[in-house]
Amino acid sequence: MKDLGEIQTRGLEGLFWAGVDVGASTTKAAVIDLEARLRGFHVQRSGVDYAGGSAACLEKALKNAGVPAEKLSSVVATGYGRYNVPTAKRIKTEISCHMKGCYFHYPHAATIVDIGGQDCKVIRVDEQGRRKAFKMNRKCAAGTGAFLEEVALRLGMDVSELDGLARGSTRKVQIGSYCTVFTSTEILTLIRRGEKVEDIVRGLFDSVIQRILEMDPLEGTVILTGGVVEYNPILAEALGERLKTRVLVPPHPQLTGAFGAALYGLEEDRQGQKWLHQTEASG
Amino acid sequence: MNPEQGVFRKDFESSKKLKQVMAQHFQELDQAVRNGSPKVAWCTSVGPAELLRAMGFLVYFPENHGAVLGASRRAMEYIPVANALGYSPDICSYLTSDVGAYLRKETPLTKAYGISGVPKPDVLVYNTNQCRDVQDWFHFYGREFGVPVTGITSPRGVEEVTEAHIKDVAKQMEELVPTLQEVSGSRLDMDRLRQVVRLSRRCSDLWKEVLETASALPSPWTFFDHTIHMGPAVVARGTQEAVDYYELLLGELKERLQNRVAAVGEERHRLYWEGMPIWGKLRDLANLFMRLGSCIVASTYCNSWIFTDFDPDDPFRSMAKAYTNIFICHAEGWKENYIERIVRQFHVDGIVFHDAKTCPNNSNSRYSMPQRLEKRLGIPCLVIHGDLNDLRCYSEEQAVTNIEAFVEQLEES
Repeated sequence: MKDLGEIQTRGLEGLFWAGVDVGASTTKAAVIDLEARLRGFHVQRSGVDYAGGSAACLEKALKNAGVPAEKLSSVVATGYGRYNVPTAKRIKTEISCHMKGCYFHYPHAATIVDIGGQDCKVIRVDEQGRRKAFKMNRKCAAGTGAFLEEVALRLGMDVSELDGLARGSTRKVQIGSYCTVFTSTEILTLIRRGEKVEDIVRGLFDSVIQRILEMDPLEGTVILTGGVVEYNPILAEALGERLKTRVLVPPHPQLTGAFGAALYGLEEDRQGQKWLHQTEASG
Repeated sequence: MNPEQGVFRKDFESSKKLKQVMAQHFQELDQAVRNGSPKVAWCTSVGPAELLRAMGFLVYFPENHGAVLGASRRAMEYIPVANALGYSPDICSYLTSDVGAYLRKETPLTKAYGISGVPKPDVLVYNTNQCRDVQDWFHFYGREFGVPVTGITSPRGVEEVTEAHIKDVAKQMEELVPTLQEVSGSRLDMDRLRQVVRLSRRCSDLWKEVLETASALPSPWTFFDHTIHMGPAVVARGTQEAVDYYELLLGELKERLQNRVAAVGEERHRLYWEGMPIWGKLRDLANLFMRLGSCIVASTYCNSWIFTDFDPDDPFRSMAKAYTNIFICHAEGWKENYIERIVRQFHVDGIVFHDAKTCPNNSNSRYSMPQRLEKRLGIPCLVIHGDLNDLRCYSEEQAVTNIEAFVEQLEES
């Protein structure tokens, strides 16, 4: 665990910090304590009511943590629906929050890859946890969770089955297009050619990796985060094979954005702002 | 939390005069078409407008119309009309929106300036210094109106503009004269040409001076203001009206400088915009950057109407040099040196590259320039994907997240 440093914590005992990540597919809420331990979380579909959904998600995370709402010091919102979280004290992009969450677990220079439902990001962080650069995928969905969902639908299966299927692959099948629609057509060709579905699905994961490698050379330590790798850990293995290195995955990668958001709130308080404020008020 | 919180824009007094200058430009063209005189020439935005004015033409700029269609968000009604005619969604969306509007027989100029429609041309004159699309664009109208199309083929991708380039372009400009004389019915008066070039130079110098006020800390205006106030530099350069307008605007900007009026209330970051504006999103982006305490102080695009090479004593050669020595005609190395100079002069913290889907010539992020500049200048670069007019190529969510994350990065460093 990252050392939060010799920082003043007076007045913060018994308080908690929450992060809410309203993503394109799912909303995630994480609750942490003063030592940045994850005390509870919840994940649900984002649906169409971001404000109501994020409030309900946070409520469930608090319940799972056994923390009453009044003990929350702050809520930091992130994700596409970040402006729709009514109780948010601060807003941060998911790029910053994933970086913060990953750096907490792996506090050194790294290249972070976040594969989300709607997009894919590559973030470079330095030794001190400062962002050096970031990139987001171009407009097309290829290489994202939405891409996998679309293809699973085309193959007539649930997206949760893909990882298991791909592990049964015995033959390399190449899927080359970076357009989701064209990929679906390519898959039709592969089916017609009699390729095994296991090999097609493995080819699909390889194509997701290929899209990421086209975004950035991925130098140094590579960390893979986001919801897609939570359910498809084969992606980390496939990326590791391509890069010839071990790819790190933080615990609960789907939750890393929400966890990072909560960390922002905690760090803000631990850096003394709240304590100073209380001193001034009492003085 | 409301993302628009804390956004306040201070309007310019000069804007009233700006509207008058633009209205006069279009109304004179409208009147000329009704009267059959003077003749109307269509010209590309960085084309030989001085020569056309000197020969008595009123000059209309279809690219300006393209920008109007984009800014008024009408482009999205018209682009598909041109696409259906075989003009690909991958080519210039100024072209496709303008051609689409023509086919639908509509223009926002009617509502804005009370004119009957786009003024019909008597001749079309292009310069390919910006791209080849303008040539095809003008040939479409040449066929539609049955009028002559002529122009200049300019060198592209040059490290330095050489004597050979200048000679070639100057000769092509001189060779336009017989066709133009035939259409206008009057001979070229060299004294008049010198006078127009003198006015264009003055307009350009003033445009440079007003843009340079943004090098002050804090900046009195932003790129989004520049894109509005550049109108006369585009459509009226070579006229006294444009000169008068920029003298007025310069006065107002100097006053702002004196009173330390900041365009962005809390100016925390100063950025450079590389590439075309996203016309249909100007207001949204202006508000976004303002909310993020970030002022876009300079841009390649608005600087492109600075022509310091105009010389009234040597009109043809100096026009050739001025219109070839523009950013877009140069090679990558020259462009990087140029951006470096501006970054230093305007105290820029970061560069935003707009990769415009339908405008490869104004999208300078495609050959790894952002990566090279990051290394060379030690400041971060961001690439956002969009388009000048075709909003089908623009994802608001992705752009906003990218920009917010970029500013977060600037704040962390």
